[in-house]
Formats: sequence, C-alpha cells, structure tokens
Amino acid sequence: MNYEFNWMVVLTGEYRDWIIQGLIITLKISAISIVLSLLLGTVVTTLRMTKIRIFEWITFSYIEFFRNTPLLIQIFFWYFGSSMIFPESLNQWLYAHDYEFAVGVFSLTLYTAAFIAEEIRSGIISIPKEQMESSRATGLSFVQAMSYVVLPQAFRIVIPTLISQFLNLIKNSSLVMTIGVMDLTYMTRQIESYSFRGFEAFTVATLLYIAISLIVSFAITLYNRKYLRLIRY
Amino acid sequence: MHWDVVWNNMEYFMLGRFPDGPLGGLALSIALAAGGIFFAFWIGLVFGLMRLSKRWYVRIPSIIYIEIIRGTPLLLLIFWFYFLSPILLHRPMPEARSTLAAFSVFTGAYVAEIVRAGIQSIPRGQMEAARSSGITYMQGMTSVVLPQALRNMIPSFVNQFVSLTKDTSLAFIIGVQELTRTATQVNNRTMNAPAEIFFTIAVLYFIICFGLTQTSRYLEKKLSYKTSGKIRRQVIELLEDNFEVVK
Repeated sequence: MNYEFNWMVVLTGEYRDWIIQGLIITLKISAISIVLSLLLGTVVTTLRMTKIRIFEWITFSYIEFFRNTPLLIQIFFWYFGSSMIFPESLNQWLYAHDYEFAVGVFSLTLYTAAFIAEEIRSGIISIPKEQMESSRATGLSFVQAMSYVVLPQAFRIVIPTLISQFLNLIKNSSLVMTIGVMDLTYMTRQIESYSFRGFEAFTVATLLYIAISLIVSFAITLYNRKYLRLIRY
Repeated sequence: MHWDVVWNNMEYFMLGRFPDGPLGGLALSIALAAGGIFFAFWIGLVFGLMRLSKRWYVRIPSIIYIEIIRGTPLLLLIFWFYFLSPILLHRPMPEARSTLAAFSVFTGAYVAEIVRAGIQSIPRGQMEAARSSGITYMQGMTSVVLPQALRNMIPSFVNQFVSLTKDTSLAFIIGVQELTRTATQVNNRTMNAPAEIFFTIAVLYFIICFGLTQTSRYLEKKLSYKTSGKIRRQVIELLEDNFEVVK
C-alpha cells in the first residue's frame, strides 16, 4: 500500500471547519427528527390503540408501507415529487428557505416514526390490560388514561429500544447528502473530491459517527443498570 | 399524472439493459441482497462464535469488528470499499462487486449479534451434556448447539434480509445500475413524472420486503415451541399412534 497519510490536511484549516460544520448539521437534523418522530410515533400508536376501525387501518398501512420501503426512495419521492403533492404556496415558502433540510427532516421523521410507533405499541401491549380498564372505570377518558397511566409506564420499558432507533436515525441521516444537505458525510465526500485526501476524511468521519454511537450505547447501559431492574410486575 | 412514463420504462426498472447489456434494475437489487446475505451469514457465524470464545485474543477482535461496523453508517462503509480497493488491489474494482463486499461486511456484524443471541438462547446444559458424553467442543457446537440455535435464528435472518434489501438502494450512490439508479435515470431523462416514478419504485420494494416480513412473522409463530402447543400436540399424536406405551 503506497499511500502517504497526511492527517494535518483534515485536522487544520478549511477542511477541519468543513467537518465541524458537517457534524453540526448532522447533529441538528438528527435532533430535530428525533423529537418530531417521537411525537408522531406516539400519536400514531395512540390512534392504533383506539380500536376504531378506520384509524387502525390508516395507521397499519402507514407503518407497514414506511417500514418496508427504502429511506432513500422516500427521500427522493418527497424531494422530487413535492411540487406535485404539496400546494404551490408551501413549496414557494420552502424554496425560499432551506428546502433540502426541510425535506430531509420530513422524510427522516416519517421513516423513523413508523419504527418508533411499533416499539411503543409493543411497550403498551406489555402493560397489563387491567391498568387501562381500571383507569377507565375510575372515570378517566381514553386519552387521559393513555397519557397519565399507560404511556408513562410503557415509555420506561421501551426507552432502550427507542434509543437504538435514535442511533439508527443518526446513521440514516447520512442519506440526506444525496439531496444536497451538507452533513458530515457530504462534507467528507466534498473533501475527498477537492483534495484527494479521502482516507483521512473518511477516517475522521467514521470515528465521529462511532463516537456518537458509543456515547449513546454507553447511555443505554447506564440506564439499564440504574432503572430497568427496578421495574417489576 | 404521467403514468405512461412508468409503464414505458417498466422493463428497464425490472432488468436494466439485461439482454443487451449488464443485468440491472430490480433483478440486480435482489441479486445484491441475496449475495450479501449469503456472505454475511458465514462472516456472522465466524464472528458470532468468536464473540463467545473464552480466550480474550479471539473475543476482542470480534467485539471491535462488531462495534465499529454497527456504529458506522452504511453509506460511509460503501465509500470506504469503493476508495480503498484501488489502493489495496492496484486496480479499480467493479462498483457492483465493491458494494457487495460492503454489504457483506456490514450485514455480517449484525448477523454476528443474531448468532450470539441464538447460541445464548440454547440452555448451557446442552453443551455440558454433549461434552460429558465424550465429544469435543467443536463437535458439540456443530452437531448439538448450532442446529437448534440456527433454527431459532431464522426469523431474525429474514428480518436482516429485509433491511439489506432496502439498503441495496444505497449502491446507487457509486453508480451501480440497480433499481434506485434506474429510477433516478428515468427521472432525469423525463423530468415530468417524479412522484409517479418514485411511488412505483417504493411499491416494488414494498412488495418484496412486506412479503418477507410476513414470512418472518409466520415462521416466528410456527417455529416457537412455547407459544403454540401445536407442534407438541403433533408429536404426542404421533407417539400415541405408534407406541401404545405412551398412553
């Protein structure tokens, strides 16, 4: 292997700034999508649990369709197809602002929410049915019983799997480079084509992604040790 | 709506330029996924067994491999293989082959975790009984533990195959002529039917992945002894038919 490494190229000057900018975009797009997909996932699961036929049907098809198609295709669908799907005024507003970023957040959220909805549902199923029945019997409405009794317990159980979904989301966010969001992967690709220092750039990016994953996995382990064994039924 | 664009290019989506040129489209996507899961199985089996070894110099390399791959986005791994191979091999590697290598190494790490979980789900007593009846660790593994463990792992393998099938769409980025690439090509050429094209492609992926997901759910139900007493009942019926002693 006759390749001379020059780490200084990517660790100083302009290219280092590119990597930092990319990292910030990656963290930003992941953070926004995590919050939104958690909200959407909860709403979808609640609708699925209402036992109203039409809601069950809609949420079931949403979850199955979005889980079983590639994220890349979904990103392309929203990115190229938005002019036909959304009203003209919304598109104009988006073009004026950060269109790629918005599409990235939108598709990542829809994709991840479908997975999160299934995780939360399995959490809810693991809560004994009597919890719901007794809260309904004491006079709470379905939504109240869900939000005060069932969901808080279900969330505690599913938090570790939710965190691994968030990890997947952070890794999946690298796909938004295909529509031109300047995230970490985009920037390393950029550095590769500007300087031919591909190895250094890819190594730094890989290490950054691994660092993020390790920090999050460490958090899961800590959480497991501290809280999970306290839950008893 | 311009659905005619989709219908006119359907053959291209399915096979690429196959009879006249290299295989492409959906057929190549499936070939990549099938090849990837085949190599990933062997990689995962080796690293999964290494992960369970008592010797640290066997265990640590496996842990490092699994953790690094599971922490890296597949897209970066594809770039790694694409840019690394010319330097290591002194000649460029065909795109399809380099992504196949990336898929195998990537999925191998996930399969290794499945293998580990599968082996750990088999009671320890099985191995101990096998060892005390005089066979070696290797023999005990291959003829007692693994046959049972692999059977339990089948649903997880199918799920992994589904996510690999979805991930083959990433091969598009370095120019492999698979389904996603053909879709973007047709989209760039026609420019008037992006929503229709990508919706059709999504449906094509959906048919394959949803079919496989349902298969995995069915297998999960069928293969688990505990949830369905059906197999146990069948065994008892069989015994009752053949041996009167059981009654």
